[in-house]
Amino acid sequence: MSSADNKSCCQPKSPADLFFSFTLLALQGFGGVLAVVQHNLVEQKRWMTREEFIEEWAVAQIMPGPNVVNLALMIGGRYFGLRGALAALAGMITVPLVLLLLLAVLYAHFAGHPGLAGALRGMGAVAAGLIGATGLKLASTLKTHPLGQALAVGFCVLGFIAVGLFRLPLMYVLPVLGGIACLLTYKKIKP
Amino acid sequence: MNTMLRFTLEWADWLNLFAQYLLLSLLSIGGAISTTAEMHRFLVDEHHWLTPSQFNASIAIAQAAPGPNVLFVALMGWNVGMNAGGWSTALFGVLVTMVGILLPSTTMTYLAAQWGHKNRDLRPVRAFKSGMAPIVIALLFSTSWTLASSNSVDHGEWKLWLAAIIAALVIWKTRVHLLILLLIGALLGWFGII
Repeated sequence: MSSADNKSCCQPKSPADLFFSFTLLALQGFGGVLAVVQHNLVEQKRWMTREEFIEEWAVAQIMPGPNVVNLALMIGGRYFGLRGALAALAGMITVPLVLLLLLAVLYAHFAGHPGLAGALRGMGAVAAGLIGATGLKLASTLKTHPLGQALAVGFCVLGFIAVGLFRLPLMYVLPVLGGIACLLTYKKIKP
Repeated sequence: MNTMLRFTLEWADWLNLFAQYLLLSLLSIGGAISTTAEMHRFLVDEHHWLTPSQFNASIAIAQAAPGPNVLFVALMGWNVGMNAGGWSTALFGVLVTMVGILLPSTTMTYLAAQWGHKNRDLRPVRAFKSGMAPIVIALLFSTSWTLASSNSVDHGEWKLWLAAIIAALVIWKTRVHLLILLLIGALLGWFGII
């Protein structure tokens, strides 16, 4: 996708718009909302570009707390301050929470059914693929990274090996690998 | 959830639970899911407020349900409350755990984001946001990898991996609705095909 048709052009109209948008988002996100957030906010609503999305997500990721909740909070806060942040947060949590409690009550009745466990497993596999696909989509932004494509991809691969394959704790990987990447980027970009 | 737990919670216990989640919130870099081991130690091993199967079901159901993954915390609070009484204590448990896990982290994130946005033209801020991008993408692949391998751990099945990979490629390259793929996954699992 060229950068021309991936510009952010639009923004939320009101805190209520944020609340309902994030409620709808959250309800579509099985096994995690992140993939849906990227698809919906960047590719459909165009509230932000892919690059902006990754930048915001870097902050959401580095701060404590659920990443997607952090992201909603930050996007809401960007446009409408604290009101917007709370509206986005409430949208992300309220309706899905009620639904989940209903599901839990239902599940308690049918927990013994073998088909149910299988269905959960099957949906889990699709959800894993969904997040992988989000990574593939966002990886296209590495082409124009200030570090150059090769080095940026290199950092990405190293990160995957450290966290995905070796399961090293994030509290070491992020400061070390992220720190080096940020330092090199700092040298590359113009003051 | 065969074995039932029955106990009563005093105010000091609720406070203890709340304090534990406030603390976990500050530690939950990479999401609440990264603190699940600590939650297991606290809720199951130390206080016996949840059975192991209640603990696992809380995570599995929240993963399969729509919404952010952090809602598994609410289910744990719900189950603790249910064990300690009934509907009203269950709702109170949801309130205690969810406010606990969200309050410190959201406050910090909001303040940091506002600061970062005001200073977005500073070179260090730009370097941070841009420099982190490859790592952020790496974490996505890692999450996908971890989810796929934890799914297949009990069954050791290549079929689940294959399903995850096919799903990823289909979502990457086509515009098929996500719900359709999830439904297909659920059906394949239900009939024991994967």
